[in-house]
Amino acid sequence: MHPAPSLIIFTTLSGLGFGLLFWLGLGYPDVSGWVAATFLGLGFVLAGIGLGAAALHLGNPQRAWRAFSQWRSSWLSREAVMSVAALSVMALYGAIWVFAGERLPILGAIGAALCAATVFATAMIYAQLKTVPRWNSWTTPALFLTIAAAGGAALASLVFLAAFLMLLGGILQGVAWVTGDNRAEKPHSTIESATGLGAIGKVRAFAAPHTGENYLLREMVHQIGRKHIKRLRVISMLLGYTLPAIVMATDPGHTEAAVALASHVVGVLAGRWLFFAQAEHVMGLYYGKGQSDQ
Amino acid sequence: MTAPFLDTSPPVSDEIRKTTCYMCACRCGIDVHLKDGKVAYIEGNRDHPVNKGVLCAKGSAGIMQVNAPSRLRAPLKRVGPRGSGQFEEISWDEALQTAVDWLAPLRATAPEKLAFFTGRDQSQSFTSLWAQSYGTPNYAAHGGFCSVNMAAAGIYSVGGSFWEFGQPDWDHTKFFMLFGVAEDHDSNPIKMGIGRLKERGARIVGVNPIRTGYNAVADDWVEITPGTDGLFILAMVHELLRAGQIDLEYLARFTNAPVLVNADPASAEFGLFLRNDAGKPLVIDSASGTPMAFDSPGILPDLTGTLTRDGITHRAVMHQIATRYLTKEYAPDTVADRVGISAERIRGMAAELARVAFDEAIEIPQPWTDFRGTHHASMTGRPVSFHAMRGISAHSNGFQTCRALHLLQMLLGAIERPGGMRFKPPYPKPFDAHPKPHCQVTPGKPLDGPHLGYVTGPADLALRPDGTPARIDKAFSWEAPMSAHGLMHMVISNAHAGDPYKIDTLMLYMANMAWNSSMNTRGVIEMLTDTDESGNYVIPRIIYSDAYSSEMVAYADLILPDTTYLERHDCISLLDRPICEADAAADAIRWPVIEPDRDVRGFQSVLVDLGARLGLPGFVTEDGGAKYTDYADYIVNHERRPGVGPLAGFRGEDGCGQGRGAPNPDQLNRYIENGSFWMAHVPAEAAYFKPWNTAYQDWAVKIGLYDKPLPYLFNLYSEPMRRFQAAAEGHGDRQPPEHLRERLKQAMDPLPIWYPPFEDGAVDTDAFPLHALTQRPMAMYHSWGSQNAWLRQIHGHNPLYLPKNIWDDHGFSEGDWAQLSSAHGAITVPVALNAALNPHTVWTWNAIGKRRGAWALDKDAPEATKGFLLNHLIHELLPPKGDGLRWANSDPITGQAAWFDLRVAIKKVPAPDAAQPQFDTLASPVGQGPQLLEQGKKS
Amino acid sequence: MTTLPPCGTKKLGLVIDLDTCVGCHACVVSCKGWNTENYGAPLSDADPYGANPLGTFLNRVHSYEVQPESAPTQLIHFPKSCLHCDDAPCVTVCPTGASYKRVEDGIVLVNEDACIGCGLCAWACPYGAREMDAAAGVMKKCTLCVDRIYNENLPEIDRVPACVRTCPSGARHFGDLGDPTSAVSQLVADRGGFDLMPELGTKPVNKYLPPRLKDTLAKAPPKAMPTVNVDAGGFLGWLDRALDSLPGKGE
Ligand SMILES: Nc1nc2c(c(=O)[nH]1)N[C@H]1C(S)=C(S)[C@@H](COP(=O)(O)OP(=O)(O)OC[C@H]3O[C@@H](n4cnc5c(=O)[nH]c(N)nc54)[C@H](O)[C@@H]3O)O[C@H]1N2
Ligand SMILES: Nc1nc2c(c(=O)[nH]1)N[C@H]1C(S)=C(S)[C@@H](COP(=O)(O)OP(=O)(O)OC[C@H]3O[C@@H](n4cnc5c(=O)[nH]c(N)nc54)[C@H](O)[C@@H]3O)O[C@H]1N2
Ligand code: SF4
Ligand code: SF4
Ligand code: SF4
Ligand code: SF4
Ligand code: SF4
Ligand SMILES: [Mo]
Repeated sequence: MHPAPSLIIFTTLSGLGFGLLFWLGLGYPDVSGWVAATFLGLGFVLAGIGLGAAALHLGNPQRAWRAFSQWRSSWLSREAVMSVAALSVMALYGAIWVFAGERLPILGAIGAALCAATVFATAMIYAQLKTVPRWNSWTTPALFLTIAAAGGAALASLVFLAAFLMLLGGILQGVAWVTGDNRAEKPHSTIESATGLGAIGKVRAFAAPHTGENYLLREMVHQIGRKHIKRLRVISMLLGYTLPAIVMATDPGHTEAAVALASHVVGVLAGRWLFFAQAEHVMGLYYGKGQSDQ
Repeated sequence: MTAPFLDTSPPVSDEIRKTTCYMCACRCGIDVHLKDGKVAYIEGNRDHPVNKGVLCAKGSAGIMQVNAPSRLRAPLKRVGPRGSGQFEEISWDEALQTAVDWLAPLRATAPEKLAFFTGRDQSQSFTSLWAQSYGTPNYAAHGGFCSVNMAAAGIYSVGGSFWEFGQPDWDHTKFFMLFGVAEDHDSNPIKMGIGRLKERGARIVGVNPIRTGYNAVADDWVEITPGTDGLFILAMVHELLRAGQIDLEYLARFTNAPVLVNADPASAEFGLFLRNDAGKPLVIDSASGTPMAFDSPGILPDLTGTLTRDGITHRAVMHQIATRYLTKEYAPDTVADRVGISAERIRGMAAELARVAFDEAIEIPQPWTDFRGTHHASMTGRPVSFHAMRGISAHSNGFQTCRALHLLQMLLGAIERPGGMRFKPPYPKPFDAHPKPHCQVTPGKPLDGPHLGYVTGPADLALRPDGTPARIDKAFSWEAPMSAHGLMHMVISNAHAGDPYKIDTLMLYMANMAWNSSMNTRGVIEMLTDTDESGNYVIPRIIYSDAYSSEMVAYADLILPDTTYLERHDCISLLDRPICEADAAADAIRWPVIEPDRDVRGFQSVLVDLGARLGLPGFVTEDGGAKYTDYADYIVNHERRPGVGPLAGFRGEDGCGQGRGAPNPDQLNRYIENGSFWMAHVPAEAAYFKPWNTAYQDWAVKIGLYDKPLPYLFNLYSEPMRRFQAAAEGHGDRQPPEHLRERLKQAMDPLPIWYPPFEDGAVDTDAFPLHALTQRPMAMYHSWGSQNAWLRQIHGHNPLYLPKNIWDDHGFSEGDWAQLSSAHGAITVPVALNAALNPHTVWTWNAIGKRRGAWALDKDAPEATKGFLLNHLIHELLPPKGDGLRWANSDPITGQAAWFDLRVAIKKVPAPDAAQPQFDTLASPVGQGPQLLEQGKKS
Repeated sequence: MTTLPPCGTKKLGLVIDLDTCVGCHACVVSCKGWNTENYGAPLSDADPYGANPLGTFLNRVHSYEVQPESAPTQLIHFPKSCLHCDDAPCVTVCPTGASYKRVEDGIVLVNEDACIGCGLCAWACPYGAREMDAAAGVMKKCTLCVDRIYNENLPEIDRVPACVRTCPSGARHFGDLGDPTSAVSQLVADRGGFDLMPELGTKPVNKYLPPRLKDTLAKAPPKAMPTVNVDAGGFLGWLDRALDSLPGKGE
């Protein structure tokens, strides 16, 4: 799939934002006043940038409100509903917290649950797609949720928790890659099933319907070299999980923690880039883009 | 939730105007939907005889052609050097005056110094009349480089050809064999026909080195090696004869198989027919055993007849057929390797043909009477049919190969019978009923007759008194004696070389000669820009009519911008290339369904105007005024023979005349009301056996196809060819030049033969082991498709397709480039794999490559950066033989350009910046197109 | 409308005959021509005369080569547009309800006034049957020519999709695949029509007819014909004898 910067930024930053809000809703860290306001502000800004980036991705953003209507079946709609609900509840919770100095645990818990639900819905937009075997797995929501929680924990200065979640994230990322590779190598759909011509023999795309590009190729067919993938995976694993986990585990000072967090974000961005770039859409089969020939 | 409101009955358009498509030369009927006076949608006309409602990709994309930014906008005068593309827009008055200033003095002194050649226009009966009135012998259309082998071989052999004038009996055929066809002129009818065969489960066999398109849907694919079809066909002939699986009755009654031929090598008449005093060929009547004229009432000619008269033995043609084709030379085992098809498969194919032809014979309960007065209770048929096009004709052995195919058809008894090949009016028509070529030039006067025609022997050649060619293209000379359509591909080359003489003005219409329609494109570009010692262009003046900013525009001095096909009158005439089907005579018009928004004029109307200004007979009235106001006026009022004009329909004062009748001033309106075409059905009794069927002959006379019945015999044996061969052997007073003697002796064999394509003998085939071909993409029309915003997204560039063995041997992979070289040049191009391909062949789509700056495309358009032409590798001449002579890369009989003889070598090379060769970017006289199209946007 | 309607009995769709399609792209362009003028926003073309033209099309024709075990390679032209799936994932993922499946005939459509251009439906479609229009920012897809097939401004015979009407070889068939007695259902039954990517459970309405068995003459060439008996007088002797049996001979 086309690794659109807007989508990579959206999923990463909104995950971070909702992750932070999640911990704030659960009562961490134990701060108040302008410090609380800063934490909340950071959460809202991150979630907001993410949502804004997502809206930019739309062909007709002025109609974005319509996306709230189909929550019964659409994960994208659910994400929209959840995110607004989460932000609203957290806004109320935050206002009471900052201005009245009161942290309402029930309201906070609801807000946190909605934040988690938002991240889950975001992940499910991808995980539900049978057309993208690499995404179509429990690992997608598990990873999205863990990363959001880890980044949020780091932001919330829950360093040991962050260290643990980073470790878990790294493991889940590894599992996602390995199982994803497996699904990609032994796809349910093949050019033979896509064309129905397998009964005659081995099928090969001879000529595309058009010599230039089209929306489908731009959006859903992206090819990267194997070497490139390996390198990015190592970077993502080291920067996104290993390094920050180690640093967080040492109860770092502010500067070190900030560097670790930055490293985490860079690593996650790299991982997210791979998440899109490496994902093959079955539609590509029609253009002869095999699931396993990366 | 409920579904949104949806109007399922929106208005479709304000108005439908019916006219004729010209996105290609197939001439389908179209319904042009207009909204607010603008073209909104084009679909096929369901009532139309050609396409019956369907439309191809090009036809549906007509709207993008009519709105193309590449359209020329006004007459142009060249201001930069030739080839720069620098022009200045001028008025029509200035343009026409310029043309007159150039043409009038030429006409008064040396009319042959005007060479007027037209591309794939459909007004040849009109343009040729103009050229004839002007007085130059140098006129032809594009047929010589297109498929003249097919046309001429068909007409000389059976009085009609596959090319546009023949079609399989789609309703009855059970076995259809397609030779060398990618698309054909009959684009939609062939596709419709294939669909019908599929519906009935008839077998389709594709004989083609490449398995795409029609050949991909064929049930069986014969992956023949290019240039060897003649051998393959004659091997099947061998098999049919060996097994006695031939239609004896058909051969006896309807072909010249029983005609007596002088069999005495010592006789001056050796090889010629024995004729009676009236000049009619003689046959032996099988009942009486006596020689009689072939058309004597009631006879059944004897196929084995022999007659000795005045000491000279005459034998029926059938003797020669049997002796020639039963020899080992044509046995499947002998030819298999060369053809690339195993002997077992050749024998099997022949057996299957025979089985279907004879065991599955069909019969239609329709009585008919033949020209000998013999009554037939029904129409019997051999349901095997063939169709062929440029794959067999665009070779230097193409004429004989086409003849071989007709021989096969005749032996099977499968022409003009149910299930076989059928002619479309005005065919069948025997070759000797056609005009003969004329070349008598008189300054200030018209030519002595029509330029083109069918020669019957050396006496009809177009030679000057000294025996040199009278025409600039050397058509009807010893180099190309039976060149029925002229040799457009040799005009620029010969004019540049001054061989046989120099010309002054080259006038071209609708032919992209500076690019895809020339062999040796770079060479032609150089010839067009070459100057003599005094700095003048070697071809001093070039006038060109195009509708778009093509590559050729850049090479002309004066441009007469044409309208698009929806903006003008056209006439698709029975005098020319009509739209007939086997069951109907039909013709059609185009009319301005929209008005041009530019300062352009229909070229035919411009010729009418020029004709009047030049005072050409036929274009001026007795008092010297213009005879016709424009082409529409000509179409209605011109009469070729009394009562016979460009359009056959709605003639006479009352508009009821079919074929014949006085001019009808309301004729064009009547056509428009009728969907822009007219059609007269062939009566059921006349549907088959047309050359011999009294009912058909009478009907043809009635609608003006000819003036008296013209029954004739098919020519297994070609007497005109024998006359040329005899001349080459030294007989007669018109003798070929020495260097052509041997070639003519061989090539002019009166019975079909095969010889290797000339290029095989002229280049080292070890150094150039591969064949290189082009095919027409169904969704593109030559160069003019690329300016079409929709079509160019389908074919924006063209890879060179390679077979698996070459792909693997050279270690190619996707995205690679190769250098392809011929004896003449080299190109560097992207490659792709095509496993369904003859192992010795590479190919690409034709005419996708474009020159930078042409067609109002961006200079980095893929057509220019990745697209390419094979033409750079094909020369109009064979490599020099060291004798100082210019040997044309053409068929020795017709002069047909041998595009597909090309031999090449391939080499993997690193990808260059762009396909090679590249040429300077042309300045665009029309600017460039918009950044975004939203066709149909509601304002 | 995001949720799928209960399956109606009428299922309009196309049946495409891969044995007959010659790959001419006529259906592609007539589709473009009709739909750019009609349903919804035009099908735009960006950079139409430039280096990288990119237009919206609702129907595209691919070509494949198929290599049987031991027979010549086959080439198959393969038109593809929306298959109007019964279990259309493109519909259920749509956040706005713009994508919907009509109850009355099963046609899957996009209500462009509600479409935000998020592209998710195109991601959900396994077949590459949806293209976002670059200029209008809304999702485009085959409408099954819903504005032709019921259009009372068209003569009845023309109330078929543009691509079907134009297909020169007659490789495209339109009809009700929900009705087992319809001509299209019969065709599917007779010729073994199949679904594309059945494993994804989309239950396409459109069906494809497989290419017929090819190259049978090459695989098992018919036996060579026996040579005629030419003992007396060679071939011409045979000819003479054969001619004696012709009607009209020696009467
Ligand atoms: N390598 C290779 N080359 C080939 C062939 C091949 O098979 N292989 N085929 C050959 C054959 S058979 C042919 S027929 C030629 C075709 O080649 P051409 O006859 O050159 O055909 P086009 O490229 O279509 O060019 C015709 C010109 O007519 C112009 N034109 C289009 N419409 C109109 C109109 O309405 N009015 C006027 N005045 N002009 C118009 C176009 O803009 C274009 O410049 O190519 C030949 N070239
Ligand atoms: N869409 C479209 N239609 C067109 C045109 C166009 O440009 N586009 N051009 C029109 C014109 S001007 C013409 S002349 C006609 C030409 O119509 P076609 O005759 O169909 O022309 P080509 O595309 O040149 O196809 C030649 C075919 O012959 C095959 N071939 C080459 N050499 C051999 C051989 O030695 N033996 C055999 N058996 N096959 C061989 C090639 O593989 C190819 O399939 O098309 C007309 N129709
Ligand atoms: S075949 Fe196509 S382009 Fe040619 S006349 Fe017919 S519809 Fe027009
Ligand atoms: S129009 Fe018909 S034959 Fe042509 S590509 Fe489409 S389905 Fe195939
Ligand atoms: S083919 Fe694709 S767009 Fe059409 S209904 Fe099925 S899933 Fe949806
Ligand atoms: S692009 Fe439009 S139709 Fe598709 S899912 Fe988004 S809103 Fe729905
Ligand atoms: S049914 Fe209509 S919209 Fe669908 S592919 Fe055919 S022409 Fe296009
Ligand atoms: Mo041609």
